[in-house]
Amino acid sequence: MLTNGTIVPSSLSVRDLQWQVDWDKDKCTLCGRCCAVCPVQAIELGVHRKRTIQIPSLAEIGPATASSNVYQVYHGIRQKTDPAYACTGCGMCNLVCPNGAIMGVRSEEIDKQRFHVNRGGQPRKRGGRRNSPDIHNLGTLDRIKFTRISMLTDPALDAGRHEFELRTLLGRVLPPEENLKLYRENGWIPPVREIYPLLIGSMSFGALSPNMWEGLQMGVAYLNEELGMPVRMCTGEGGCPPRLLRSRFLKYTILQIASGYFGWDEIIHALPHMKEDPCAIEIKYGQGAKPGDGGLLMWSKVNKLIAAIRGVPSGVSLPSPPTHQTQYSIEESVAKMIQSMYMAWGFRVPVYPKISGTSTALAVLNNLTRNAYAGGLAIDGEDGGTGAAYSVSMDHMGHPIASNLRDCYLNLVRLGKQNEVPLFAGGGVGKNGKLAANAAALIMLGASGVQVGKYIMQAAAGCVGSETDRCNVCNIGLCPKGITSQDPRLYRRLDPEKVAERLVDIYLAFDTELKKIVAPLGRSTSLPIGMSDALAIDDKDAAERLDIKYVV
Amino acid sequence: MCRLIAMTSSEPLSPILAMRALDVMREGHDGSGVGLFMSDLGGPFEELKGLPILSGICTGEGVKRLDQFMMNLGFMTKHKVSMRTSQKSPPRGTPRRDVYVIRAYEYPQAWEGLDRKETDFRLMMARLQLRQMGEEKEDMIIYSFWPDVIMIKEIGDPLQVAEYLQLDSAELRARVVLAQGRQNTNYAINLYACHPFFIQGIASMTNGENTAFVPIREYLMSRGFPGYMGYQSDSEVFTHIAHYMLNSLGLGIEAYKHIITPLQDGDLPTHPDGGFLTQLKHSCRRLIIDGPNCVIGRLPDNSVFLVQDRKKLRPAVVGGRKGLYAFSSEMCGLEAAIPDRDKTKDFQPMHLDTVIVPSDRSEVRICSQTEPLSLLH
Ligand code: SF4
Ligand code: SF4
Repeated sequence: MLTNGTIVPSSLSVRDLQWQVDWDKDKCTLCGRCCAVCPVQAIELGVHRKRTIQIPSLAEIGPATASSNVYQVYHGIRQKTDPAYACTGCGMCNLVCPNGAIMGVRSEEIDKQRFHVNRGGQPRKRGGRRNSPDIHNLGTLDRIKFTRISMLTDPALDAGRHEFELRTLLGRVLPPEENLKLYRENGWIPPVREIYPLLIGSMSFGALSPNMWEGLQMGVAYLNEELGMPVRMCTGEGGCPPRLLRSRFLKYTILQIASGYFGWDEIIHALPHMKEDPCAIEIKYGQGAKPGDGGLLMWSKVNKLIAAIRGVPSGVSLPSPPTHQTQYSIEESVAKMIQSMYMAWGFRVPVYPKISGTSTALAVLNNLTRNAYAGGLAIDGEDGGTGAAYSVSMDHMGHPIASNLRDCYLNLVRLGKQNEVPLFAGGGVGKNGKLAANAAALIMLGASGVQVGKYIMQAAAGCVGSETDRCNVCNIGLCPKGITSQDPRLYRRLDPEKVAERLVDIYLAFDTELKKIVAPLGRSTSLPIGMSDALAIDDKDAAERLDIKYVV
Repeated sequence: MCRLIAMTSSEPLSPILAMRALDVMREGHDGSGVGLFMSDLGGPFEELKGLPILSGICTGEGVKRLDQFMMNLGFMTKHKVSMRTSQKSPPRGTPRRDVYVIRAYEYPQAWEGLDRKETDFRLMMARLQLRQMGEEKEDMIIYSFWPDVIMIKEIGDPLQVAEYLQLDSAELRARVVLAQGRQNTNYAINLYACHPFFIQGIASMTNGENTAFVPIREYLMSRGFPGYMGYQSDSEVFTHIAHYMLNSLGLGIEAYKHIITPLQDGDLPTHPDGGFLTQLKHSCRRLIIDGPNCVIGRLPDNSVFLVQDRKKLRPAVVGGRKGLYAFSSEMCGLEAAIPDRDKTKDFQPMHLDTVIVPSDRSEVRICSQTEPLSLLH
């Protein structure tokens, strides 16, 4: 900017930005790869003017001595300071640079950019996560320890040698008396699936790129058919590719229906052609990342394929309403919705709702316990991720999962229905990389299983997003890793086979770690749901709140 | 790890035999306590078969309150066993008690005409009320109140306690005897935490720790049945699971292992009762144990059973002859209990087995979980 230029309120310097590009002229070869790869065009090739002052020696100075300055230009990288093009710190420039000459570095003070991300009266939207790092001050789940180790009084089991059966049930389980009676009388018993307790949570086809989706599906199929691990994956609200609907792999899939009903035209039409029933139907009422707000697929991601699957015109933003529009009261609406979904598959497929973590979860749960069909309840805590949401929703709305889940479980225990309505917990599971420990803690607090999304994106596909607002541009279709983009130029960066391989790695490693946790607790033949006597935490209030032991 | 011995015999036995068997296994228990369960009684109780017998320990004050309570309900004492302990000083570690209560009562007139279920329920409720009264004033400990059942539990070395209490007296004879020598894994000894545990005609004792205790306890307590309480010991749930299975689910003891240690998913489809067992496994999922446990118990029909956890991490051996069988934690215990038997027929039950000796003591039945269930309909 020139010294006499105009300054507007949102004129920022690089110093004001959250991510500052550090470029090393000496190492740069001017190949231009960084500028090409940058998802937000934060950097451009710049022509820099440079003046070198050359001071002649005193003896040379005379009246006729010519100007001693040398004016030069050099080419290099310039960072844009318009907040619209602010660097996201994704690090792709660094990844592609042959010499490691460039990197986005976080500002060491709180940036000024955050005060200008609402220009045009539009609050910031983003994808990704809550941005609550908890790295140093670990989150509740990370702080839970497993303290009831079987020692000499009862031998600890051998994680590598004993037989393990770490499976869970999804679907309405009847009380034993009723169940056996109905079995004897050939009555209708609600469908129940035996599945692996770590589920891939709902990430829609649309939010994810086709390559990412295909990779996950391949990985899931491999885990099921080659490794005998009944892993299930939920579609999210965006329908399901027609070929999958008509394939035998549908049984590994949980179809989600949400307030926009996207994709359900296609699903209903495929019904007569289905070779297998889906694993289950998830009715989404809420999502942990943006409780009380509907789904959102921004126009830039709605290409022809997505539009066709969802049954909408392409190139328009697809917000789903915050609530199911046909519903007025929880009693009748949830019951109706659950029942119609059961009806669609001849009462052979479990149907369960998913809500965001909320202090009203107990009311929902109580309602479900009275509904003979509800096949479970999934609760997505505040740390849940999303493809697109308003920043304010992501940062401030929602309920932490641990206490929400625990309240629900203990409530079921009071009602004696702890085995009947399985609870599934999600939202920030493994956000600091401790997937198995977080999952085991939730299971022992009362979850029948856990749903995980962001961890899978990070570990299976190399998502660079972080809890410190790195990248997180999943919403605009410019995902530099091709995970959440619908642009073939971007998603071809992601090899589905490799995603599948990584997914298998993740599950195998998780399985071993889970065994390493439960075996020393003396458990192997059943998932230790609600085994809260094994848990402790080094925080008195948290211990009291969760009804587990306090240790220091 | 505690030591267990169970004997079932066509002829009434003195419980001292079981105590001797515990004594030879004393390396496995620390003499911190002993529990004894007797049923199918001989001696003076032979004639009183249908009448409920109250077993427990009271202080002098407690006995008065007990008598008052029983009188208010309309029970009349028909027979009592008096344990003359006052002359001797108790063995080391055993506290001096005022009264060891073993009393048979005549049913109240008001109970006449009640059906079996209601009578059974009222007997249990009377026991629970007494237990609660006793806990308030710490003057009564009540183990059982049931026809043809006597229970004694005390702190101390099994054989010394037995001699001190003169358990060889001719008054105490039983065809079914369950006894446990305790290894103290907790610090304060609560007599309610001592095995065997009892509820409505079902008794069981266990060794090993129950790692799935908390979820199982929560599940039983939420069944809405007042007898599912206590749980001073993690082994009490084994008794209650058996009770729940027999009474609420109407299943026989062959199904017990299918509840606490169900077959794995891979084995279910090929099982002749796979469909049923899958339903049972799903709906009773919260009752699955993970061991290490050996459970020995007695059912209301005076049959005795033995099961182990799936990993068979606790020892047990079975032996005997027609008319007299014993289950024991160790070979030497069996040897002490029934020396004159065909030792080649001794065996250690496998991880899928339920061992049952019916009340006619004609044979030892072994049912494996892979066999079809007989008691289905
Ligand atoms: S870190 Fe990412 S957003 Fe920033 S300049 Fe590099 S490529 Fe662009
Ligand atoms: S790498 Fe892709 S999926 Fe990950 S935060 Fe960035 S845009 Fe989102």
